[in-house]
Amino acid sequence: MSALTLTNIQKSFGGNQILKSVSLDAQPGEFIALVGPSGCGKSTLLRILAGLESADSGEIVIDGRNVSRVQAADRNVAMVFQSYALYPHLTAAQNIAVPLVMRRLTRAQRIPFVAPLMPGQRKAVAAIHRDVREMATSLKIDHLLDRKPGQMSGGQRQRVALARAMVRRPAVFLMDEPLSNLDANLRVHARGEIVEMHRRASVPTVYVTHDQAEALSMADRVAVMIGGSLLQLAPPQVIYDNPQHVEVAKFVGQPRINLIASRVEAKGAIALGAERCVLLDRALPVDTPVTLGIRPEFVRVLRSGASGLPARVERVEFLGSEIIAYCRLDAIGETMIAKVTPAEGAGLAAGTAVRLSTAAEHIFVFGADGARLAAAPLVENPVREAAHG
Amino acid sequence: MSQNAFTPSMSLGRVVRLSILGLGALVFLMPYIFMISTAGKAQSDIFTSSLNLIPTHWFYGENFAKAWSRVHMPTLLFNGILVCLMILVIQVVIAIPCAYAMAKMKFRAAKAMMVLIMLGLLVPIHATALPLYVAFDRAGALNSYFSLVAPFSISVFGIFLFLQFFRAMPNDLIHAARLDGMSEIGVIARVIVPNAWPAITAFSIFSVVAHWNDLFWPLVVVSNQAYATPPLGLLYFRAAEAGDDYGALMAATLIITSPLVVAFLLAQKRFVEGITMTGLKG
Repeated sequence: MSALTLTNIQKSFGGNQILKSVSLDAQPGEFIALVGPSGCGKSTLLRILAGLESADSGEIVIDGRNVSRVQAADRNVAMVFQSYALYPHLTAAQNIAVPLVMRRLTRAQRIPFVAPLMPGQRKAVAAIHRDVREMATSLKIDHLLDRKPGQMSGGQRQRVALARAMVRRPAVFLMDEPLSNLDANLRVHARGEIVEMHRRASVPTVYVTHDQAEALSMADRVAVMIGGSLLQLAPPQVIYDNPQHVEVAKFVGQPRINLIASRVEAKGAIALGAERCVLLDRALPVDTPVTLGIRPEFVRVLRSGASGLPARVERVEFLGSEIIAYCRLDAIGETMIAKVTPAEGAGLAAGTAVRLSTAAEHIFVFGADGARLAAAPLVENPVREAAHG
Repeated sequence: MSQNAFTPSMSLGRVVRLSILGLGALVFLMPYIFMISTAGKAQSDIFTSSLNLIPTHWFYGENFAKAWSRVHMPTLLFNGILVCLMILVIQVVIAIPCAYAMAKMKFRAAKAMMVLIMLGLLVPIHATALPLYVAFDRAGALNSYFSLVAPFSISVFGIFLFLQFFRAMPNDLIHAARLDGMSEIGVIARVIVPNAWPAITAFSIFSVVAHWNDLFWPLVVVSNQAYATPPLGLLYFRAAEAGDDYGALMAATLIITSPLVVAFLLAQKRFVEGITMTGLKG
């Protein structure tokens, strides 16, 4: 059984469709990263999931319970906000205790002054104190418990927000870009901590981010959202190696994937520049526009020989462990990005004439609507060609 | 004089600015100063042709004794405090949930309600005084604390002020509170109010000053001295004394303005904060 299922969630704001029928499911203990450019609707989806906004249509099921019409307070989900949203008037300890106080104490046990007289109140409060301290110790913030959010650094606030969300063991854990307010060093460190924490608590987590590196490095599965649609939901490796949509390919990967316009030729063959290189598994009408995608690390930069497409280096970026070369193809005038090792890239400079080549199995073909088209490397062999045709 | 006296901190411009401000303050304080002076003068001293700030005969004791004995000062002060406090508490209790709902919740009538609030801000009490008076009269509720407090229980100004303040509060804070399991009332009590003290203080100052000094409405609904608020009491005092014992009148005025003056001096910083926060003046 899935821990969390979203079915056909739709949402519009003033005639503007933000979410176009999004469906998603998470297994128990799974970490799902919801990634996409800003404005793609990922935060809206998270808010709908939390119950902070209502969907126009669709269904949300958490732990087998349909919560589509249930209020945020009763969904048993916890959330870490981008701004952390700590209560500024409470200390860290009080902040962390709030969800426990609201859930474990009855209304009467929460009345100021009178509460200590209520039966069982002292015991419950002591248990809350113990749990808060335990949680704080496990996140190494026990020395901050008496401070207010105003007296803490960004990283400390982020931990307190995590502690507040985790302390009550929610059914689903939601995070809305919790690391985007931290500086770069701290962010990489905090990534590891969140993953570690998730592994220990094993609560299904939906993590929203616009940073693809965060999504790929942390998640069990990555959901790529573009323009209100969930384009692909798959493990990070699959998202990267086998994108199902041109937007997914474009969004994931640094530096960006090379996209080159082409057209279908006879028998479903497609040419890159002058060379026919891939064959579609079904023949589309001749001249149908398609897009070819090649990851920069699969572009080989050759300085001699006759194979490959002639190009000229425009710019070279040295990044230590690798070299990024921007090369303009002579034939079609488009820029291809190549990621090569320092050994391969030694001596490359702006103006160098080179030839670019790639193995045909690393070429993705996308149709005019952006969807991936199944294609195989074209081998100039009539038998194979017939088999694919 | 040392060189330091003419460092930029005490430049000519600063001296000029301070003197202009000081002069302005003096002009505004003059009536009050004159009141203090008059409160210490004998009748003969007040009606001389020369204008003296320092009383020739020290008459404070007599005037204050007169003021204290001829109107029932403790009743006036008690009524003033009770009415102001009741008005303030009810206003805050009503205005905060209203403002919260309008600032942070989405509902269909929000726009219409905003228009109503704007209209409410435009209508002065004097316009509604007559129908209200008739209503209280029919209900037999004249001469009561109820009639003094009820018309002010819903403060449109208060709702507006809190609305502006709450709008600036981050939505995530309220979302977090809801996810932590709070009801909307819980959000108000546990998150909004503890973080809204600057706004509540500012509003309290406006409300208390306005209603402590209000003469118009008590004059309309109260004719029984037992329910008189301080300004109304002063009016009775003047009428009772045929309006010529200015020394005692000024002494009485000093007594009833003193709570506000003391409150202002104690909360001076808050007062200025409140005014700068709201961008309004009293």
